[in-house]
Amino acid sequence: MNGNSIEVHGLSKRFGAFTAVDDVSFDVRRGSIFGFLGANGAGKSTVIRMLCALLDPTSGTAVVGGHDIRREPEAVKASIGYMSQKFSLYGDLTVAENIAFFGGIYGLPKARLREAMPRVLEMAGLRGRERTLARGLAQGWKQRLALGCALLHRPEIVFLDEPTGGVDPVSRRAFWDLINGLSEEGVTVFVTTHYLDEAEYCNDLRLIHAGRLVGGGSPQELKRTTIRHPLLEVECDRVVDALELLQREPWVRELSIFGTYLHVGVEEEAEGRKLVAGRLAAAGITVSRLDRIAPSLEDVFIHKIEAQTKEPERER
Amino acid sequence: MSAEPGGRPFLAGVRPVIRKEFRQIRRDPRSLIFLLCIPAFLLLVYGYALNFDVKHVPLAVCDLDGTQASRDFSARFSATEYFDLRHRLSDARDVDALLGREAVGIALIIPRGFGDDLAAGRETKVQAVVDGASAMTATTAAGYIGAIIQSETMRFTLEVLERRGRSRFEPPLAVETRVWYNPELRSALFLVPGLMAFILMVIVVISTAFSVVRERERGTMEQILVSPVRPAELVVGKTVPYFLISLASAHIVLLLGFLLFGVPIRGNYLLLLLTMTLFLTGGLGQGLFISTVARSQQVSFLISILTTVLPTFVLSGFVFPIRNMPVAIQVFSYLIPARYFLVTLRAIMLKGTGLGAFGKEVFFLAAFAAVSIAVSMMRLRRSGLEERPRRLGRGRRGAGS
Repeated sequence: MNGNSIEVHGLSKRFGAFTAVDDVSFDVRRGSIFGFLGANGAGKSTVIRMLCALLDPTSGTAVVGGHDIRREPEAVKASIGYMSQKFSLYGDLTVAENIAFFGGIYGLPKARLREAMPRVLEMAGLRGRERTLARGLAQGWKQRLALGCALLHRPEIVFLDEPTGGVDPVSRRAFWDLINGLSEEGVTVFVTTHYLDEAEYCNDLRLIHAGRLVGGGSPQELKRTTIRHPLLEVECDRVVDALELLQREPWVRELSIFGTYLHVGVEEEAEGRKLVAGRLAAAGITVSRLDRIAPSLEDVFIHKIEAQTKEPERER
Repeated sequence: MSAEPGGRPFLAGVRPVIRKEFRQIRRDPRSLIFLLCIPAFLLLVYGYALNFDVKHVPLAVCDLDGTQASRDFSARFSATEYFDLRHRLSDARDVDALLGREAVGIALIIPRGFGDDLAAGRETKVQAVVDGASAMTATTAAGYIGAIIQSETMRFTLEVLERRGRSRFEPPLAVETRVWYNPELRSALFLVPGLMAFILMVIVVISTAFSVVRERERGTMEQILVSPVRPAELVVGKTVPYFLISLASAHIVLLLGFLLFGVPIRGNYLLLLLTMTLFLTGGLGQGLFISTVARSQQVSFLISILTTVLPTFVLSGFVFPIRNMPVAIQVFSYLIPARYFLVTLRAIMLKGTGLGAFGKEVFFLAAFAAVSIAVSMMRLRRSGLEERPRRLGRGRRGAGS
């Protein structure tokens, strides 16, 4: 498999007339942290389900852990771990019983389960709480326990579908430390998220929008190559009015709103500063700050999506 | 490193699933109570409430004749346990009021000249007015009245013939009815087998339908489906616990039926066990199938109730005889497994007959079990998760909260 854990070629999935995933291709390097980014409904989960052999693709192929997802679904399932945003544990079973159950359905012999139990408890930070019912755990613990259960059979690839949803920032941080540790052990981590700050932790990213890949690369690469013109961050009052005003200006290359400030892409920095300040001042809007910034992943993502939307609609 | 896909023995995934189901049932005593106590409770309620025996019907007699003969005649009615004499009337117009406020269920009007007519051997007419508002009771009570009057007529005829000198007269035709299997015609004997079918079907379908839908709602189903566990293993593992519990429940019902209502098991117990197994397996399959169709616990509950309660109650012959139904509904009743189960139950428990008497029914039960399990397994395999994703904000911003 020449160093790739996952190879995807022209994968598509249609539900009736609706195309959920449209001709998606990519490779995932062994031991890397691969981020799959997109809004809800963009097709992330459908791709994951196909790669986990839960869903048959309408067309295209994928090889996961050396096994074809259509021809050897059982082998694919045995070589992957999977954790969804629901942290699917049994709330009415204890921590230890959950671990035993998932060990059981992956066919772990008793001896291996005995050896794995303390490892998972340690990892989830749940030592001494084996007899607690899972429903009584805080989200962060549930999440780490769910990850531990998904890793019981030591899979070579682990799929994490929105693994940090509903979890506090400290737990999120701790969780990413676990993911980094896995990657160092050589486990391939395939993770979807819509937290763009988390995407920064990934080695490789793909952006999916409306079922199609709209861009990819490492976070640094994406930020460096996608937006080449200067980007200004504008803090001002009446942001929404300011947004509407600037939208009509032909010299604005890029425009998006981030809470109380705007990102404005311009042709040239000094000229751009003058144009923005002048236009807003003329409308009686007070600008409190105007800085050149390096594009964030979010800027990149918005740019990519807008680029695709402007492009004439290909027939689907 | 990972578990070998081909190397695990078939059904290896069953044990952890069974163990988990039992643990969950134990953690939620309500479900266990539901499975074990509700059937017994329903048996008590229905066993005592669903009683078609007609006894102690309040009776009013309006004796306009007032002779010894008319008093003897009306005494025939009050002497049985079927009627209780509540009112003696002197005016036939009072009958209306008594029936109207349901003070009595039946009124008997003996006309003036009743005694004279009888003595003279002339035809005389007695009027019985029955409250038809409760049709079932009315029919039965009218039957009793008919029978009493007929035997009285016979007695009078013989008296008349005797007086005319034919001392030893034997009526040409005499009917001697013997009721087999249930000589006292007790409703309980007839109803308890039906109740068994009804209770088992409802319990088993609802509990299995719930157990799968609950997993889907909580996302654990997805977690199981990404594991190498095969659908067949999942189905077996999920159904075995509920099967055992409902079998235990069935035995509680049998025991209570015997202790409280004297319902016997005259036939072969192993045959009974076999038919119960087939019937329960079919129900489990039906429950699983419902769980693959329904997306929420509420929906699955609704479908379960609709497909079990009504058909088993109405179309199985439990309460209402199938042969009195319109032909279209009779045909439909062939699709109700409880219909076959009921025939075998009554045959084994009340009649003590063997397989020869209900081989066809057992065959249908087996077929239903096989088909329902096969179909639900196919659906679980194919569409266990193939939900069409909801179409959410295409083109929405990628930025999260």
